[in-house]
Amino acid sequence: MSGVSIIGVGMHPFGRFPGKQAMDMGAEAIRLALKDAGVGWEQVQRAYAGSLVVSNPDAVVGKLGLTGIPVFGVFNGCATAHIAVSLAAEAIEHGKADIALAVGFDKHPRGAFSGEPAVLGLPEWYGETGMFLTTHFFGMKINRYMAMHGITPGTLAKVAAKNFRNGALNELAWRREPMSEEAILAAPYLNYPLTKFMYCAPDEGAAAVVLCRRDLASRYSDSPVHLAAAELRTRRSGAFEVSSPSLPAASVPSPTVYASAAAYEKAGIGPEDVHVAQLQDTDAGSEVIHLAENGFCADGDQEKLIADGHTEIGGRLPVNTDGGLMANGEPIGASGLRQIHEIVLQLRGRAGARQVPGPHSVGYTHLYGSPGTGAVTILTT
Amino acid sequence: MSDLMKLPVAEGLFTWPPDGRPQLIASRHRGTGAVTFPADPAQDDVDEILLSRTGTLFTWTTQQFVPPSPPYTGETDPASFEAYAVGYVELPEGILVEGRLTESDPELLTIGQQMELVLVPFVERPGADGGPSREILTFAFAPVAPVAPVASQGVEA
Repeated sequence: MSGVSIIGVGMHPFGRFPGKQAMDMGAEAIRLALKDAGVGWEQVQRAYAGSLVVSNPDAVVGKLGLTGIPVFGVFNGCATAHIAVSLAAEAIEHGKADIALAVGFDKHPRGAFSGEPAVLGLPEWYGETGMFLTTHFFGMKINRYMAMHGITPGTLAKVAAKNFRNGALNELAWRREPMSEEAILAAPYLNYPLTKFMYCAPDEGAAAVVLCRRDLASRYSDSPVHLAAAELRTRRSGAFEVSSPSLPAASVPSPTVYASAAAYEKAGIGPEDVHVAQLQDTDAGSEVIHLAENGFCADGDQEKLIADGHTEIGGRLPVNTDGGLMANGEPIGASGLRQIHEIVLQLRGRAGARQVPGPHSVGYTHLYGSPGTGAVTILTT
Repeated sequence: MSDLMKLPVAEGLFTWPPDGRPQLIASRHRGTGAVTFPADPAQDDVDEILLSRTGTLFTWTTQQFVPPSPPYTGETDPASFEAYAVGYVELPEGILVEGRLTESDPELLTIGQQMELVLVPFVERPGADGGPSREILTFAFAPVAPVAPVASQGVEA
């Protein structure tokens, strides 16, 4: 991705909005992103729209103007937003558009994500007997990781408390109340060792990004952000992955490890160069594991790094400065675009009360999704 | 109990011999040797095998809220729902199999401990037309021997 810049970002708040349709939230996010970019809808030449609950997310153009452009609906689980962004960027690199748009919107009911096992090609008994819950994967992965690498429950609580504290500084976040580590640890378990306040929850919201040919970006924006890499990888045989009745015992790394390595290589940037990161925090354990899987530390080093404030807004590598999934919730189609929205604000130096101090020219986003997908972007000024 | 008709939750998942020593039914690929569970009889390049009954606990978690139903067909009344545990057990055939665990107390589960396959009652359903009630059985893994309570898990796994 040497030739693509982000010139505008827009976000509808995440949370619960009774009576408001997901598509209306998506249209609002698009209008905000267009205004931020200083371009009109009629200048957009191609668009990619992602959603779980809206079966035809491409219909959002009906709320903006029927200009006849190619619009594509996309879905790849929790990595959906990455697909929208990377396809828009590839279209620009391939000369199919100078200006393209990526949008995601969703509106989920309360409670854990669920569905029939058949949507993932799994047998019915797997759902009937209470095994088809994605949250089991998160509990089981961090439980083993803690045993193998010496991570304590207190570290999980520190991650959750940090994300709720950051969310309190974000006017677009859903959960804006800080919470003590003690209260997080004392809450009932949902899936051992993860308590109720160590998980994100499905909710509602939308986010959009306007992308542009890099050599044209300065016409539209005084602070374009360069999309240095966008890489997605699926699982390899032997990876420990969600919703698997069985797995090969030969352990191989998560797809995140491969997506991350490919993104660093593409961008010509190493983890030590990153100033601010968004890491998929479906739960507090995921953020701990993803620090290592994305190359920011060795397995087990998180225990000390997090205790030392390394991932706080004032730390060496601030992580999930907008509160992440834990404070924002997860409208699946929009979640990864929220990550990019935050990184763009941080790189512009316009993140307000949660602006990272010090250098802020390299940002990083990471998604992990069912049934085993890792997706990374690297953004630079 | 004699008027209960016992049925497996699905055909082709496990053997159910009278000696009480059930085994899971898996597929082994003739070329690669890769073992998968459940078996996939639709593939023509695999052999059906029976998995070992004992292995070690690879990892586990608990389920402490009522799972969304559908697809869950177990107890969904929050007042009578009981937390259960699930985990992966590593078997000698080079496979991790996910299953319910008979033990759900975190103090009594340790990564690396020996587990064995058992069949457990899952739900009871009324019979059709006044016939006998049906007890649905599923597979689960049970600790082979009780372990001493531990304050925290070590790194022995």
